[in-house]
Amino acid sequence: MSPHGNPEVPASSATEINREAPKASPVVEPADIKSSPVVGPGETRVSTSSNTPGNAWGLWEVFVRSSRGLSHVHAGSLHAPDAAMALRNARDLYTRRNEGVSIWVVPADAIAASDPDSKGSFFESPQGKDYRHATYYTKSEGVKHL
Amino acid sequence: MSSPETKATETKATETSAEAATGHGDISTGVPNAAPTGSGDSNASATRITPGNALRPEDIALEVRTGLVKPSGDVAEYALRLGDDALILAQRLGHWISRAPELEEDVALGNIALDQLGHARSFLTYAGGALANEDGTAKSEDDLAYFRREHEFRSAHLFEQPNGDFAVTIARQFVVSYYQFELYRRLTESSDETLAAIAAKAVKEVDYHRDHSAQWILRLAGGTDESRKRIIHGLKLVWPYVGELFEDDALVTRLAEAGAAVVPSSIREDFDRLIGEVLKEAGLEVPDVPSAPGGGRSGKHSEHLGYILAEMQVLAREYPGASW
Repeated sequence: MSPHGNPEVPASSATEINREAPKASPVVEPADIKSSPVVGPGETRVSTSSNTPGNAWGLWEVFVRSSRGLSHVHAGSLHAPDAAMALRNARDLYTRRNEGVSIWVVPADAIAASDPDSKGSFFESPQGKDYRHATYYTKSEGVKHL
Repeated sequence: MSSPETKATETKATETSAEAATGHGDISTGVPNAAPTGSGDSNASATRITPGNALRPEDIALEVRTGLVKPSGDVAEYALRLGDDALILAQRLGHWISRAPELEEDVALGNIALDQLGHARSFLTYAGGALANEDGTAKSEDDLAYFRREHEFRSAHLFEQPNGDFAVTIARQFVVSYYQFELYRRLTESSDETLAAIAAKAVKEVDYHRDHSAQWILRLAGGTDESRKRIIHGLKLVWPYVGELFEDDALVTRLAEAGAAVVPSSIREDFDRLIGEVLKEAGLEVPDVPSAPGGGRSGKHSEHLGYILAEMQVLAREYPGASW
């Protein structure tokens, strides 16, 4: 062993944590891992079908709450084998400069997003409808506390 | 003994002059006065940077330089041991940067390395207060890290063990973090206020290191045949060096009687119990291997330390006083 060992050896096996997986084949190709949902100890089964090719770990979206009283705000995304590790990775990636007091992680494919191509029909309707804003209305006489 | 909070307040009072003297000022780059005033703060950002107010090595350096604190020779030697453990481990873990199995794990190991480097800086800075250069000034953290020779390092053999594969590194982290947690937890009660304050900052970080390593022990052990084989092998490789961590000697016994240090043998029981719980959950056993001779505390090291020091010290020795 060299003075530093050999960290260059790809530790692909470290990325597979399914305890229930059949322990038959000693070599697990990333493709095999991809086909079986990963489950950590004590974790519920989470679909990670949004895996990018070549990456054994699922994609998670990270939401960070910067302080008490504020909302969680989307901070970015990361890869992790399960929810427990996703939380820890989020802690390491997104709160290392004291940014947060609370973290949510959500499997990316659990998020339903609006279609960017239908922007017109989705978001243009409210434009020009300023009567939907409180400032459109003038204050009525004699009404207090407004 | 003052609580860690009191300590932080005391150092805070000297902050202005600390900034002037060390050049390490407020690192906050956020919006001025951006303190949240309640819900709906328009300045709120998920990436706002705030420095926090924890004890920094610069604070200790200032206290040492101004003579506010001066460790005894024994305390300095003890701080050297703790600092060297952390320094050598930080150097080892740093080698994983850009080499970890995944980007996220790369950052995780890097964070742990930086935590350890922070502890090393604090301990070495404090130790330097009792060790003088030829011109009579106190030795700085850099003097101690870069200009000591192999036999002057006091780290235990475990910390200099090669990274091996990911499983070996996790096995080493597992032992180190459970050991350091029990040590620092007790050291927060030290009669030496600076050691107590450093330990109070370090113990929270090491607590996370424990969690990180335990999570990976469980996953490697419960993963594939290959991952399980590797973590069993990793534990077997690092276990001979566990015994040295808990060896007592005259120095720690003397310091412990004064309430300043933790007797290493006194934390073995908790270490064994907590390690045992994780290994049991992982379905692993404590490796049955003979102990290595040790000797790191008296400057006797394995062949690995020389290579680490060569890499770590070469720049500072080739270009003394270089800055970048």
